[in-house]
Amino acid sequence: MNIDAQNVDALYQEIILDHYKNPHGAGLRDPFEAEVHHVNPTCGDEITLRVHVDGSNVSDVSYDAQGCSISQASASVMNELLVGKDVDQALSVLEEFQALMQGKGKVEPDEDVLEDGIAFAGVAQFPARVKCALLSWMAFKDAVAQAISQEGNR
Amino acid sequence: MTTLETAMYDVQQVREDFPILSRRLAGDLPLVYLDSANTSQKPTAVIDAIEQHYRLHNANVARAMHQLGAEASEAFEDSRTRIAEFIGASQREEVVFTKNASEALNLVARVLGDGGRVGDGDEIVITEMEHHSNIVPWQLLCERTGATLRWFGVTDEGRLDLSNIDALITERTKVVSVTWVSNMLGTINPLDAIIAKAHQVGALVVVDGSQSVPQIPVDVAALGADFVAFTGHKMVGPTGIGVLWGRYDVLADLPPFLGGGEMIETVTMERSTFARPPARFEAGTPPIAQAVGLAAAADYLANIGMDQIAAHEQQITAYALSALQEIDGLTVVGPKDAVDRGGAISFTLDGVHPHDIAQLLDSRGVAVRAGHHCAKPAHLRFGVQATTRASFYLYTTTDEIDALVAALHHTKKYFGA
Repeated sequence: MNIDAQNVDALYQEIILDHYKNPHGAGLRDPFEAEVHHVNPTCGDEITLRVHVDGSNVSDVSYDAQGCSISQASASVMNELLVGKDVDQALSVLEEFQALMQGKGKVEPDEDVLEDGIAFAGVAQFPARVKCALLSWMAFKDAVAQAISQEGNR
Repeated sequence: MTTLETAMYDVQQVREDFPILSRRLAGDLPLVYLDSANTSQKPTAVIDAIEQHYRLHNANVARAMHQLGAEASEAFEDSRTRIAEFIGASQREEVVFTKNASEALNLVARVLGDGGRVGDGDEIVITEMEHHSNIVPWQLLCERTGATLRWFGVTDEGRLDLSNIDALITERTKVVSVTWVSNMLGTINPLDAIIAKAHQVGALVVVDGSQSVPQIPVDVAALGADFVAFTGHKMVGPTGIGVLWGRYDVLADLPPFLGGGEMIETVTMERSTFARPPARFEAGTPPIAQAVGLAAAADYLANIGMDQIAAHEQQITAYALSALQEIDGLTVVGPKDAVDRGGAISFTLDGVHPHDIAQLLDSRGVAVRAGHHCAKPAHLRFGVQATTRASFYLYTTTDEIDALVAALHHTKKYFGA
């Protein structure tokens, strides 16, 4: 097997392909406090994402996404990781995931925090795909900020 | 005759002119470059011309009163002449250098608005298969002027739908802007009918020649359009230079684009008067070495013969269309046979997203493009968000198409599709 083929296997981890084929928490659901629509302008991948924040708890993250295996699997893993967490906890997981993605392959992922998300470590070595992996997470960040500011306005 | 001509075309010899084609990729894989509609590779003749310019003749143009300045000015203006000849312009002053085709199209849209040629209540007609660079400048012009943008549709086969041409191009139409060859569908459009209709109602015709000037023989004077925009880097020339060809009488009537050095006649503190075309539209230091490189590119293509290149591309495209369509689950988006068709083939593969296809192909050394190819309305027309595009040029071989097909089978297996 040549070097590049190995690289592709590092990118397309079994866990990622599993999430891609059987996405967790896909579909848009009620209730929700904020809904956002994010696109990756370079490739056209899109996601509509809703968050339901109950008190300080992320009760649901629902989404409708169109895109490649990396972006779809990432949304699925995110749903699994963040639903049920405190908003603060969820945002710190997001920071950890973002640091991994933007670490150019030099950041060691913490499995206790990222669980299935560590499978994305290989993505960091493919700069063109980092945005795919981050699309749903950035949508979540945006939505949760909107949900919280709504809460504050009430 | 055609078979004799194409039999004489020696693609292996052509490939030897392009140093990059012999490089190896990671894993010591050969490069299979099928992304020429995105940007073409460069022959030694072009690389050397640019290097020679910087090594021996570099100076600013039209303002340096020394030997190097004279040499650089002569080289730059000589490049204009050679490009004019290459595209069949009736005079060299019709060739305006820009930084790319996008800038050329923006230039036209801007000065037509500023010159009062498009205003409130007027209409501009474009098509659903345009590249974003031939959509957005017109949308912006409509926003500035209150004009309305109207669109030719695309048939299921991927051809322009001209059935409502009489309803679309009317007395209200001031500009019709259309691509010659679609960068996504590959379609070669019937410009004659559109140009005739547009001129009948007094509208100006802008042609996006980004994919046609590199691929097919072009004679702008015979074409009869008012403007043709194209870019250097897709025709084996360097990046950083594009061309706007415009009919001289039309150009001469239009106001400047950007303000700055070299585009003026005289400047006082009250006002300025402007140079004649093409200088009027070329503010600031132009892309000098790039113009030298572009002229070398035009010479290179002309030397091989644009009819030969077009015939080769036609052959490769026909071969690829039939080989690709034998793959189960693969759908070509655009004309499915090689008639009136350029060398770009966009396709979908059931169960695998274009990004994942491109990634897997890259792991086999096959370079293609995946995404919306800056043609989102065309993708929407066919109900797809993205496609994978393989595109060919004078150096593409049937072996490379075979490598693409093999890599696609591998991709299908990898994703269990």
